[in-house]
Amino acid sequence: MLRNSRDSFGLVSILFHWVIGLIFLGQIALGYLMVRVSDFTLQFSLYQWHKSFGFLVLGLSALRLLWKLANPRPRDPEHMNSLERVAAHAAHVILYLSLFIVPLTGWAVASSSPLQIPTFMFNLVVIPQLPITISDAAEAFWAASHAWLAYLSAVVAAGHILAALHHHFWKRDTILMRMLSPSAAKTGRNVN
Amino acid sequence: MKTTDMLFSTLIPAGLAALLAFSPMTARADTLSDVSGRYNIQPSSRVGFTVTQVGGGGIAGNFKKFSGVFSLNSSDISRSTISFTLYPESVSTGQARVESFLRSDAVFDSANFPTITFKSTQIKQTSADTAEVAGILTARGKSSPANFQANLADHGKNSITFRVQGKVMRSRYGMDVGTPIYSNVVQFDMMIRGQRS
Repeated sequence: MLRNSRDSFGLVSILFHWVIGLIFLGQIALGYLMVRVSDFTLQFSLYQWHKSFGFLVLGLSALRLLWKLANPRPRDPEHMNSLERVAAHAAHVILYLSLFIVPLTGWAVASSSPLQIPTFMFNLVVIPQLPITISDAAEAFWAASHAWLAYLSAVVAAGHILAALHHHFWKRDTILMRMLSPSAAKTGRNVN
Repeated sequence: MKTTDMLFSTLIPAGLAALLAFSPMTARADTLSDVSGRYNIQPSSRVGFTVTQVGGGGIAGNFKKFSGVFSLNSSDISRSTISFTLYPESVSTGQARVESFLRSDAVFDSANFPTITFKSTQIKQTSADTAEVAGILTARGKSSPANFQANLADHGKNSITFRVQGKVMRSRYGMDVGTPIYSNVVQFDMMIRGQRS
């Protein structure tokens, strides 16, 4: 139940997937909004929430990667052709990389800003600044990188979501169900 | 009553005696009664502040524009007063973005509240050359008690300088943005120079 098998995702993998996925998408929406609000007080607060959740994504993703390495990967459905497999796996790799690179570039934004606003994760833990150049230009570079990589990853995530829905509603296989329940592979609908 | 900082504690006779003994420059001029009078706060004064942040460091700056008067009553220091006004628009931190944030409606809202005022309500001598200045600080339309400690720093025939320090809880004035990352406590460290008017 907790661990993956060759046929199903375990509960831990399922929780990692949805918790990180929802926070990540929420972060993209929050990031988009926070740079557009005009109220400085609200904006300051939104930035701090964004930084806190960003470090949460980074920390959870590190644990998730360790868990992934320690667990088998459920097989792809038989009916997937090689192009579909390559596309799916490429999307997974990009999304995994995004879970690390996007928060890290966000960390670089906070670290390079001349404002040097501390990151006080959920008002509990002070996160140190990365030892990188501090300047307006460096901050602008990292902020642009952070935003574009995040939006790019959102496009890939959209493809990932559409593909899952395609599997569920058109191909009527268990791809989506097995990411919702560890027992889906046995009790879910059968493909083929 | 007036505010500023701690001007008064110095006035005590013992303090003056010590002052006379150790500062030849002023020794000739002073008697206790000499310091009584009304003083204008000079632009050469310095109104500095710091706000610490988690993990060390913080924001340090000063206000460039301010004005005020104080009256010293050397025979009864408690009858001395101070009134002080500073203009938050003049805040300076060396970082333009920090300054514009401080001026904005997130902090000082200097467009709508162009002044921050302090009026002393009670001045109490605490030693030969120190005093406690209690008063009402008004910022962003909110008034709340604030206390400062004044130390006599320098003293001439027509001028007197106090080092004034105090801690202000910014949350009392609707300026608690950024807490707890940035401390709620603003530490003031001022050199207040008065010229006899």
